[in-house]
Amino acid sequence: MSVFSASVTGARLATGFSLPVLVVLSLGFVAVPLTASPYVLEAILLPFLALSLAGLGLNLLTGYCGQVSLGSAAFMAVGAFAAYNFDLRTGLPIPVSIVLAALTAAVIGLVFGLPSLRLRGFYLAVSTLAAQFFVQWALTKFSWFSNGSPSGIIAAPVIELAGLRLDSAVGRYLFSLTIVTAITLLVHRIVSGPEGVNLIAVRDNETAAKVIGVPVLRTKLVAFALSSGIIGIAGVLWAFTYLRTVEPAGFNLDRSFQILFIVIIGGLATIRGTFLGAGLIVVFPLLLGRLSAFAFDGLIDAGLIKLIERIVLGGTIILFLIAEPNGLSAILSRLSARLRALVRRG
Amino acid sequence: MLSVLTGGLEAARLAQPPIAARVPELAPESIHAPHSALALEGVSLSFGGIHALRDVSFDLRPGEIRAVIGPNGAGKSSLVNVISGLYQADAGYIHLGGRRLRHLRPEALPKLGVARTFQNLALFPGLTVEQNVAAGLVFRRRHGLLAQLAGLPGARAEAAEVADRVRDVAGFLGITAHLHRLVSTLPYGLQKQVELARALVASPKVLLLDEPMAGMTATEKAEMAAHVRSARDRLGLATILIEHDIGVVMGLSDRIAVLDHGVKIADGTPPEVRRDPDVIRAYLGAEAA
Repeated sequence: MSVFSASVTGARLATGFSLPVLVVLSLGFVAVPLTASPYVLEAILLPFLALSLAGLGLNLLTGYCGQVSLGSAAFMAVGAFAAYNFDLRTGLPIPVSIVLAALTAAVIGLVFGLPSLRLRGFYLAVSTLAAQFFVQWALTKFSWFSNGSPSGIIAAPVIELAGLRLDSAVGRYLFSLTIVTAITLLVHRIVSGPEGVNLIAVRDNETAAKVIGVPVLRTKLVAFALSSGIIGIAGVLWAFTYLRTVEPAGFNLDRSFQILFIVIIGGLATIRGTFLGAGLIVVFPLLLGRLSAFAFDGLIDAGLIKLIERIVLGGTIILFLIAEPNGLSAILSRLSARLRALVRRG
Repeated sequence: MLSVLTGGLEAARLAQPPIAARVPELAPESIHAPHSALALEGVSLSFGGIHALRDVSFDLRPGEIRAVIGPNGAGKSSLVNVISGLYQADAGYIHLGGRRLRHLRPEALPKLGVARTFQNLALFPGLTVEQNVAAGLVFRRRHGLLAQLAGLPGARAEAAEVADRVRDVAGFLGITAHLHRLVSTLPYGLQKQVELARALVASPKVLLLDEPMAGMTATEKAEMAAHVRSARDRLGLATILIEHDIGVVMGLSDRIAVLDHGVKIADGTPPEVRRDPDVIRAYLGAEAA
C-alpha cells in the first residue's frame, strides 16, 4: 500500500494564487479561446477538462483519503443522466440541473461508500465494482432514464446561460473550464484545511486516527460523497460539452480504470498531478495515432494501434508504480527545483 | 537481555531519588477508591488459547506516573490496548470518569480525557508536524466542513484557537522549529516527541505511553523522561508508562506494576518492587530468587 501513503507537500499555500496558477489560468481563459482550433478544443481540451475533473474527484477519495474505487465511471454516468433528466423534466436552468446532478451522484456515492466502513484495500475496490455494474445495468434496463429512446443514446441539451447559447466549441470550452476551475479551487480549500487533516489522517493511520478522535466513519463517507459529486459533474461535462450525447456505454469499467490511471500517473494526493495525468491520458493516444500515420503511412490499422496504445499505457503505469510512485507531479517538482538552481547559478 | 536488565536494576539502585514520597498512602489495592483517575477491575483477555491478561486489577491516581513493566509478552501492551478500547476484555471492568465500563469504544477515548501514544510510531506521515498535533484536537471541533469552506467567523476563530494550542504544546516540548515540516522527514526521536505532543494537545486527564523511549539514544531518553515528568507537574496528568529501560522506570515512576504471563505479580513503589522476590524470579529466572 506504499502508493497510498505517498507524501503530500504539506506546505500551506498562500490564499492568493501562485504565479504558475495565474499563468495557466490566463492561458486557459484568454489565450486558448483566441488561438485554439476547433479540433484542439473538441478532441483534446474538452475531454481533458472532463477527465481532469473526474480524476480530481477520485484523487480526493483515493489519494487523500486512501479509499480505492473502481466505480468512477458509474458516478459520471449518474451525474450525466441525472443532469439530463433534471433538465428534461423540470426545465430548470442548466447550472441548477448540474448542482442537482452532483447531489444525486453524491448520494449514490454515499450509498456505495458504506462498505468502506468495514472493508479496506482490495476488498473495498471490488465492492465499488458493484456500483460500476449496477449503475450501467440500471441505466440500460430502465428506459425512463433515457426518456424512452430506443437506442439509449440521447442528444444532450445545449447549454444555455442567461439566454446565451454556448453551442460553439469555444463556448462549451469556457463553460467547462469555469466549472473545473471553481471546483479545483474548492478541492484545494478542502484539502488544505481541517478536513484535509481528517482525510490524510484516515489514510495514513486509521487506528491512530480513531483513537485520537478523528471521526473516521464520517470522514470516509464525506470523502465518498464529495468525490462522487465531483465525478458526477465531470460526467455532465463529458456528456454535455464533449460528446454531446448521453449514453451508458461510454461510462464503462474501462473509463473507471482510465480515471484511476490518471490519478496514479499524475500522483496521488496532488491536485496538479491530476491535470498532468489527464493531459497524458488524453494526448498520448492522439500522438500515437499521428506517429503511426506519419511513420508507417497507415500500414498499421486502427485496431492494432488501439492495442499498442494499451500495451504502452500499461507499461507506463507499471513504470510509474516502480520508479516514481508520486507520479508526474513529483517529476515536475524535481524539474522546477533543478531549473531554479540553474537560474540562481547562471 | 538478562544482563541488560540486571544492569538496569543495578544502575537504578545507585541513583534513586525518593519520588514515592510525593504520593501518600500507597495501599497496593485501592480499586474502587473514588479518587483514582482510572482503574481496572479483574480484567482478563485471551486470544484463542493464549491468556494475555488474567484477572488484572490496577489503579491509577491523578497526578501519578505509574509504570507497567514485565518481560516481553507479559501483556503490557494488551493492558494499554484494553484501556484504549482497541481490545475488548473477556471479563472485568474499567473504571473511568466515575463510570464502571464493560467495554470502551476507541472513538470515545478523547472525550473521556484519555490520550495515548503507540509502541511503534502512529503518526500521519503525509501531514506536517503542526497538522499531526492539530489532529489531536479534531474531536472537539464544532464547525463542520461547510462552515470551514464558507470561512465563517466561528470556524476561523476555531482554527486560530487550534493553532494557538498547537503552538503552546510545541513550545512546551521544544518542537516549535519543526512545526511546518512534514513529519516523515523528522528523525525518529523527534517523531516520538510529536506523538507525545499530539497526545497532550487536548489536555487529557489520563495519558497512556506505550514504550515512549524505545529505540532512543540516552540523551533522547532523558529528554523524554523530563517531558513526561513536567507534563505531569503542569497538567496534573495521570500517566501509565510502559517501558523496558528499568533505569528510566525506577527514576520516573511513583508506582510500578509488574506483569508476567498476563498476571500482575507485584505492585508498589520502586524500592518495594525491586526487592520483590517474584519480580526477581520473573526477570532473572528461578535460580536467582
